[in-house]
Amino acid sequence: MTGPAIVATGVTRTYELDGVSVPALRGVSLTVADGDYLAVVGTSGSGKSTLMHLLGGLDRPTGGTLVIGGRDVTSLSAPELARLRNEVIGFVFQSFHLLPRTTARDNVALPLVYRGVGRRERRARAAALLERVGLGHRIDHRPNQLSGGEQQRVAIARALVTGPSVLLADEPTGNLDSATGEAVLSLLESLHADGVAIVLVTHDSEVAARAHRRIVMRDGLIVDPAPTPGGDR
Amino acid sequence: MRLAEAWRVALDALRANRLRSILTMLGVVIGVAAVVALVAIGTGTKQQIEQQVEGLGSNLLIVVPGRLEAGSVPSVSTLSLDDVDAVSRVVGDRSRVAVTVASGETVRAGSRTTFSSLQGVLETTPTVFVRTLDRGSYLTRADVGTGRRVAVLGAGVATQLFGDRDPIGRQITIGGVRFRVIGTFERLGQSLGVDRDNEVHVPVTAAQRLLGTDRIDGLAIRAPDRERIDELGADIVATLGERHPDTDFSAVTQEQILGVLGDILGVLTGVLAAIAGISLLVGGVGVSNIMLVSVRERTREIGLRKAVGARPRDIGLQFLLEAVLLTTLGGVLGMALGIGAALLVDRLTPVPAAITWWSLALAFGVSATVGIVFGVVPAQRAGRLDPVVALRTE
Ligand SMILES: Nc1ncnc2c1ncn2[C@@H]1O[C@H](COP(=O)(O)OP(=O)(O)OP(=O)(O)O)[C@@H](O)[C@H]1O
Ligand SMILES: [Mg+2]
Repeated sequence: MTGPAIVATGVTRTYELDGVSVPALRGVSLTVADGDYLAVVGTSGSGKSTLMHLLGGLDRPTGGTLVIGGRDVTSLSAPELARLRNEVIGFVFQSFHLLPRTTARDNVALPLVYRGVGRRERRARAAALLERVGLGHRIDHRPNQLSGGEQQRVAIARALVTGPSVLLADEPTGNLDSATGEAVLSLLESLHADGVAIVLVTHDSEVAARAHRRIVMRDGLIVDPAPTPGGDR
Repeated sequence: MRLAEAWRVALDALRANRLRSILTMLGVVIGVAAVVALVAIGTGTKQQIEQQVEGLGSNLLIVVPGRLEAGSVPSVSTLSLDDVDAVSRVVGDRSRVAVTVASGETVRAGSRTTFSSLQGVLETTPTVFVRTLDRGSYLTRADVGTGRRVAVLGAGVATQLFGDRDPIGRQITIGGVRFRVIGTFERLGQSLGVDRDNEVHVPVTAAQRLLGTDRIDGLAIRAPDRERIDELGADIVATLGERHPDTDFSAVTQEQILGVLGDILGVLTGVLAAIAGISLLVGGVGVSNIMLVSVRERTREIGLRKAVGARPRDIGLQFLLEAVLLTTLGGVLGMALGIGAALLVDRLTPVPAAITWWSLALAFGVSATVGIVFGVVPAQRAGRLDPVVALRTE
């Protein structure tokens, strides 16, 4: 890919709630380069999740410009944005978000359904990724038959199955005990070693310290590193 | 997303809520079954009536006093046997003209009695209408000429009065007057709601004497030529009009009778099908309702699918297919139930039923359409969900 994976410039996001404006992001500029490993920390309500949704093309900014995979999000239609999410981004959520009653393999294969990949190839690729995250023996298990750490590894395999350039993880270890969380983290780091850019939201300063860069958010702004006027970071 | 994939997802969703899916389908099942069964009964009845009217014989022209118009009062007949001679001259062949003077009479043989439809007729009746004898012989021209007291019994009357014994040559009394049985008819069954095995045919002259009248009720003519049947009817009506200036006469053909009956039955079938269609509509509303519930329940799933790249129309299609699957499965079950009900009615009741392919095709098409129509709103709602909001939903 040419240029950085994601470029946000002066991005704002204001929620309208019963006629009241809630500014969740108040002007965030951020570049996620290929192969980045970035931790996002900050107090609760500082806008971390909001930022992640924007970076992943799940939401649109109220103001500023946001370029994902070389395309300006504001100019994209809903289906085009969906395609961008499918091709460029992989999401990992705190609460896993696996489909119930669906096997690990079919959960992992889900993004490929929307890319029009045939069933046989989907199943093969999903199986290979489950192998990669160490769940080769759990292929036909359903989420309720898996531990939390295993479920999160299935979710990571699902995020990777389309070969995205950026993996966005919003508190991926938040629902896991420290040992399991550690396993998930080292999995993420091995992916980073393979060249996937990782953006990780965390409350844990030790986890944040392992990232190559760290940004701190407060009240919808990046406060560390301190913003340089008009600058990019 | 490929269509095959969307079908699979829709089917999985229905299977996950099996009982609910079945209960939702029930509305459509009942609606479709009702449409199929009612249309089958309507069609069967219509076919039966057509057969029976045609079974009277072809090129039949029936002449009655009065105008055949809605709201007209049926006139008392002023026709007599002299008129029959005049009509015979118009037709040019006496053997093509039949008459009746009819009355309900008690018939007795020994200690057994039955109430039957006495028909005073000419010897021409078996030629003009299609009537075949089982035993004995029919009335002759001489019987009619002399008013001989001889009778031909319908199969039902014969059984009522004589059981298994041969009635030929035996005495009966009709309205207290003695007649001799000379023949019996083959069994005919019901026709247009009339039990045709309950008839007793006697010479019209003998019947007139018994009933104390010189009138006849009506005439029937078997026209020699199908093309000229309307012309012949007009000639006969004109001739009778000259003889009875104060009375109107009408001549109707089988086609006209069939046309009127067909119209009535068509309206009736249509009304029944419309009522059944309303229950289909109610079933559709049920489908819509359940689909909205389903969308709400699976909001998180929708959010996740969108997060990994589902477009609004992928999600919409998934839910639309789910609705269509519900109604078409319901439609197929309803068809099976409707066919079963129609066959049972046909077998176990005197009401006939005939399954027609178009009614099945219609029922299937309508149930699929109901799915689309009532699935569109929930599907659009699902497709438009904001993925961030959807993922946050508990
Ligand atoms: N859909 C919404 N409608 C209205 N306000 C919202 C909505 N989503 C988030 N907010 C508000 O925006 C602000 C930022 O929320 P966000 O979820 O991004 O915080 P966060 O940094 O992820 O917090 P946490 O660490 O608790 O997850 C909060 O004040 C929140 O109340
Ligand atoms: Mg958050």
